Amino acid sequence: MNPVLRNPIALIFLAIVALILVGSTFAIVPETKQAVIVRFGEPQRILNRYRAGETFGARGAGLAARLPFLEQIVWIDKRILSIDMENQQVLSTEQLRLQVDAFARYRIVDPLQMYKAARTEERVSEALRPILASALRNELGRRPSEALLSPERGEMMDNIQEALNRVAVQYGAQIVSVRIKRADLPEGSPLDSAYQRMRTAREQEAGSIRAQGLKQAQIIRAEADAEAAATYAQAFNQDPVFYDFYRAMQSYQASFLSPGTAENPRGRTSIILSPENEYLRQFRGQR
Amino acid sequence: MKRFFGWSARRGAVLSDNRGGPWGPSGGDEGGGSGGDGPRNPWGQPPRRRRAKAPGEVTSLDEFLKRSRDRIGRGFPPNDGRPYWLYGLVAFALLWIFFTSIHRIGPQERGVVTTFGRYERTMQPGVGFSWPAPIARVQKVDVENIREIPVPTNSGTENLILTGDQNVINLAYSVRWNIKDPQRFLFQIAEPEVTIREVAESAMRAVVARVSLEDAIGAGRAEIEQSVEQNMQQLLDDYGAGIRIQGVAINQSVPPDAVNEAFLRVSAAQQEAQSDMNDARAYALQITAKAQGDAAAFEKVYAEYRQAPEVTRRRMYYEAMERILSRVDTTIVEAPGVTPYLPLPEVQQRRPGPQQPQQGGQPR
Repeated sequence: MNPVLRNPIALIFLAIVALILVGSTFAIVPETKQAVIVRFGEPQRILNRYRAGETFGARGAGLAARLPFLEQIVWIDKRILSIDMENQQVLSTEQLRLQVDAFARYRIVDPLQMYKAARTEERVSEALRPILASALRNELGRRPSEALLSPERGEMMDNIQEALNRVAVQYGAQIVSVRIKRADLPEGSPLDSAYQRMRTAREQEAGSIRAQGLKQAQIIRAEADAEAAATYAQAFNQDPVFYDFYRAMQSYQASFLSPGTAENPRGRTSIILSPENEYLRQFRGQR
Repeated sequence: MKRFFGWSARRGAVLSDNRGGPWGPSGGDEGGGSGGDGPRNPWGQPPRRRRAKAPGEVTSLDEFLKRSRDRIGRGFPPNDGRPYWLYGLVAFALLWIFFTSIHRIGPQERGVVTTFGRYERTMQPGVGFSWPAPIARVQKVDVENIREIPVPTNSGTENLILTGDQNVINLAYSVRWNIKDPQRFLFQIAEPEVTIREVAESAMRAVVARVSLEDAIGAGRAEIEQSVEQNMQQLLDDYGAGIRIQGVAINQSVPPDAVNEAFLRVSAAQQEAQSDMNDARAYALQITAKAQGDAAAFEKVYAEYRQAPEVTRRRMYYEAMERILSRVDTTIVEAPGVTPYLPLPEVQQRRPGPQQPQQGGQPR
């Protein structure tokens, strides 16, 4: 046996060298990354490149080999990445100001191009961010503000995506979608005037509700009165002459028998009768 | 255990020797002098002596190893020539393989297996096997757990949204989601939570922008929730995110604080209108009931009256008069000519006692 191999220190040394060699030769390419192999700054080949519609585990990712120390691996994200935009104030055609916040999703589809043009994903995002903002401003500035809130929005987004894609191609990226996250009225007078409009609209509604209530109440009362009148008419019309008498009796009692006070329980009514009165007919002894 | 002890002890000795080493104080022979017990470090010797024994570097290393082996061996039974650390290494390797190649996947989990980074398969619940660690990697993903994302993040802030009729509402909602497809979830999207949040905001605003204020605040909520859910699912599927939206719940949909007062006034007006109508209905019930009662009473009396009209009529007349005249002050005057001279105010004045009707009502 070779004495060198029997020497543990030499063995450890060899093992370390072998490990370094293996480590710098083989690399694990995960599913989430694409890799560009670079030899002295010059891109050689691409590993695990994104292909549309590909399922995971098919190929691409896995163990990859390279020339140790000569070739380096540049990792590029394979997943869908996002560009967040700062709040943008957009002026629509009718001079309405809107605070618009949008985001775009993209994916690096050409790692080589991306490596040449930007090197890192952050720089792609940085490059695309102002383009997104200006595309948004251009597109929204050509339309009335209702378009932003309407189904037409979809078409608008497609236009923005197209404009953004034209630039993204230069960075080896592809825009997956552009969406408006929020479109608000800016703080200050636009928002205040919207509030004012809402307030007056509510007040108008409150007034009309109150008037409707009164109207309904009046109708209900009138209907009840009519119904009562019909009931009375139906009953009393059987004999109008008797009704006249009957009602007169009730009426006399009701009006002359006003309730008395405590010290004078007889009430306040005084009646002066002539002896000719019908009531006193028998009183006079006549027939 | 003891073996480890020995190792650490020796390393400690090496370190302490080094401290007094080539760069230390040139006390020199002190270190060399200590024989049997303490281990000797060849590098710990002062340079002078090392140079003197220049070709013996390997020798001293051997010597060192031998000594340390001797020292360790003292506490152990004699071995069969294989070093103990080999056993340790094998045990460690076995343990490593055991712990990294057998995986317990809980009932709510899936294990995504990647071999050298490449997706291989997804483990179902139960016990799964894979290659040991550096070769295969198993990422456990909880697919049943329904997670919730509230919007806005902190409940204190207003989340103002424009409605289709250019009004503003304050909307708070939450999105519940779980993982539909573990491998897509892991490999497809860089920031799943952020993506879901952004997609939710976008979908919610797109949907609310199509409905009126009344619908957004009141009746249309369920519809909004549903279409936001559909919108989100569609968009996330387009991304291939492997996420299922379980539901969108609107927790709060109110007018902004700034205009809340006006909205309260509307509901006050509604109450007022309602109470007006209630009053009217009460009046209506009362009036119709009274009419029916009066009519019924009349009909009863009329039925009797028809039996004997004349008598009934007179009876009623007298009864009524009796009731009236017994309760009021009554004055009877003889002729029409007298009337003007009567001191009417005096008549009207209340005089207690029953004499008044008698006084006035002198029969003639």
